[in-house]
Amino acid sequence: MHPIIKLVSQRLALGLLLLFGASALIFGLTEALPGDAAQAVLGQSATPEALANLREEMGLNRPALTRYFEWLGGIVQGDLGQSLTNKLDIAESIGKRLGNTLFLACAAAVVSVPLAIFLGLLAVRYRNRWPDKLISAITLTTVSIPEFLIGYVVIYYVSVKLGWFSSLAMINDSMSFGQKLNAIALPAFVLTLVVLAQMMRMTRAAILNLMQSAYIETAELKGLSNFQVIARHAFPNAISPIVNVVMLNLAYLVVGVVVVEVVFVYPGMGQYLVDSVTKRDVPVVLACGVVFAAVYIGLNMVADIVSILANPRLRHPK
Amino acid sequence: MSDTLLKVRDLKIGATVYPPGEKPHDIEIVHGVSFDLERGKVLGLIGESGAGKSTIGLASMAYGRGGVEITGGEVWVNGRDILKSSHGDIRNLRGGEVAYVSQSAAASFNPAKKIMDQVVEAAVEHKKFSRKEAEVRARELFAKLGLPDPDNIGDRYPHQVSGGQLQRCMTALALCPEPDLVVFDEPTTALDVTTQIDVLMAIKEAIRDTGVAALYITHDLAVVAQVSDEIMVLRMGNTVEYGSTDQIINNPREEYTQALVSVRSIEHEEKQPTAEPLLSVDGITARYKGLNFDVLHNVNVELHPGQTLAVVGESGSGKSTLARVITGLLPPRDGVITFAGRKLSPDLAGRSREDLRELQMIYQMADVAMNPRQTVGTIIGRPLEFYFNMRGAEKRKRIVELLDEIELGEKFIDRYPAELSGGQKQRVCIARSLAAKPKMIICDEVTSALDPLVADGILKLLLDLQKIEDVAYLFITHDLATVRAISDSIAVMYQGRVARYGPKSQVLSPPFDDYTDLLLSSVPEMHLGWLEEVVAHRKMESAGN
Repeated sequence: MHPIIKLVSQRLALGLLLLFGASALIFGLTEALPGDAAQAVLGQSATPEALANLREEMGLNRPALTRYFEWLGGIVQGDLGQSLTNKLDIAESIGKRLGNTLFLACAAAVVSVPLAIFLGLLAVRYRNRWPDKLISAITLTTVSIPEFLIGYVVIYYVSVKLGWFSSLAMINDSMSFGQKLNAIALPAFVLTLVVLAQMMRMTRAAILNLMQSAYIETAELKGLSNFQVIARHAFPNAISPIVNVVMLNLAYLVVGVVVVEVVFVYPGMGQYLVDSVTKRDVPVVLACGVVFAAVYIGLNMVADIVSILANPRLRHPK
Repeated sequence: MSDTLLKVRDLKIGATVYPPGEKPHDIEIVHGVSFDLERGKVLGLIGESGAGKSTIGLASMAYGRGGVEITGGEVWVNGRDILKSSHGDIRNLRGGEVAYVSQSAAASFNPAKKIMDQVVEAAVEHKKFSRKEAEVRARELFAKLGLPDPDNIGDRYPHQVSGGQLQRCMTALALCPEPDLVVFDEPTTALDVTTQIDVLMAIKEAIRDTGVAALYITHDLAVVAQVSDEIMVLRMGNTVEYGSTDQIINNPREEYTQALVSVRSIEHEEKQPTAEPLLSVDGITARYKGLNFDVLHNVNVELHPGQTLAVVGESGSGKSTLARVITGLLPPRDGVITFAGRKLSPDLAGRSREDLRELQMIYQMADVAMNPRQTVGTIIGRPLEFYFNMRGAEKRKRIVELLDEIELGEKFIDRYPAELSGGQKQRVCIARSLAAKPKMIICDEVTSALDPLVADGILKLLLDLQKIEDVAYLFITHDLATVRAISDSIAVMYQGRVARYGPKSQVLSPPFDDYTDLLLSSVPEMHLGWLEEVVAHRKMESAGN
């Protein structure tokens, strides 16, 4: 068997195992919390008899392990259960909101990833000179300010003072693609600022590290321009570390988007999760946790696989 | 127009150094060197490390490595002073008019790109050829340089070809844009001797057929004698002697050149084996984890007390693996190691402290074998504490004794490794191993990273110490001159087997087996025309092909 296929299938198997572990952890942690779904539905003033009846009805008296595997079985078949508060099917609600979150994340990624890599290359090209220092200073500033603060500052200036975009990023199915893009422009901009610095600095560090290599000297002695040397000879060897940090940031765009979604009242996963937590809607919190874990593990697995594929020694064995 | 291609006048090169504990300051590393190179001729630049030969070579491309800067003089290429040229003109010069072949092709090829892409890049960039034409020329060069499957080798990645092949690909890379001058910087130094001959011959023929001029930089006078028309001997940034190859080799005027020509003057009388061997290796077969073939096959050798067994072979022959098995780092699959009359445990964990003490090791890279944050005294003192529980004045007295034995003296006791030269570092490593009062020391390529004159000093020291301390050496090397200088018995290894084994006088006398013959005949000899003679008389291809 080609070593690549072996390595990639190993990664996939490992990813599934990890996801299984994460689901167990999420389930176990919510079990360990005081109170359960019955308590949440009936509230603090419920009588013990009513609680016992409801537990019996919901099957909460059975052992945790049985319930875990039932729940897991449901997830595997796409059934995430029912919300306690509005009795809606969770899979359906999450489906729409996850779509919205992914749309926002993609919009931010499409801008931030190429921009971060380009700025990283530029910083290497002019290393220790003013463009490098300027890029570092700006990106470090934006990553150091909390995202909700950037969000409010942007709302105040761009939408309140200038009136260019709406401060509410409400989208629905009747909107055209362009209208949707217009609606999410501000949150996407804030997210871009948040993830830019880390990716840009990793690109810079990974490439600078390679600039000491003998093959870079070879390229310079071929009479290539500085930017050609960096883009053609250093960048292909820096793909692996760059992809890793890009995937980490993409995962953050999906999972860590909670605050920004709340600031801009965007109907995504983050809003849904925050609402459910305040309403103690345990099945929804569980489902959101599993979806987030899947996104996180999935993206990092992609990073691992890209790193493997980027290694010519593995792609073309002797 | 005259036929002078490269004219260097009073070239001065400086660098900024950052010594530990001192302020950074500028030093001059090349002090006014001048020479001329005509079209189609080869000038050899020779010297030890620090002579400035690579720096001068790169200056002909207006390039300074690291913090190196050209501080004065003139470098004329094709009738213009390139030190006064514009940035764009220098880019056209590099890779277009002057090309560079480095010591380590393995490091100088980009691992992420196909060989062909890298070979044609400069020619296409400088618009000498279209991509198609450049590829045709590259294939012609691959064929001329004797590479296997020249039509398809360019589709491979650097890690898919051997070191000797890659070095030839690098030569093709340099020649592809039809430059006027190629700077060869130690192009065969990292190769095995038998592979070196093939590459050297390929380079020599390529120079002759393309009519390109060359600067050939090396520390090996015997090698440069085979390819160059003229030789310049450099030492610490100064010209020592500059003349025709014939004159430098046969009538060197300067004392330093004479020392280089006559290096390897150690005489060592072979000792007779004693009744009882100190180390006997019986039927050792070993393989590394994860490999499905044996790296050593049924190896049998003996080493007698106070004597030297040289294990000689090319890279991949299994000589270092043998050392790992003897030290217990790699437990063998089969076979027994007997040391000082007792059977040694196959793995390190099973060995007693006494086993460890009596069997010491010295490595090729002295720099990385020492903790850079410990002083020489701490480094040498550690085995004294560990094995003999010495403390205070007693320990210090012994450290000073050892420093005297390695001819450094007490003043070195508080220095750090970074303040020592390569040869001094290796001496400290020798003292550290002697501190344990071992019966045997495994020396793994201990002189390979050193300049010839320094290496000679280390070998002499090792022989003297053997007399004083009565210690046995298992001496691993690829260098046959070292073997001649130091050994009492020799084991020639080839592809994991002992190809020839016995007392030195017997192993080095005919009749030879084919491999030993190839190995012995491949050692460069200091006379003109040696290369052609040896290539004409070869019976066997080298393993590097």
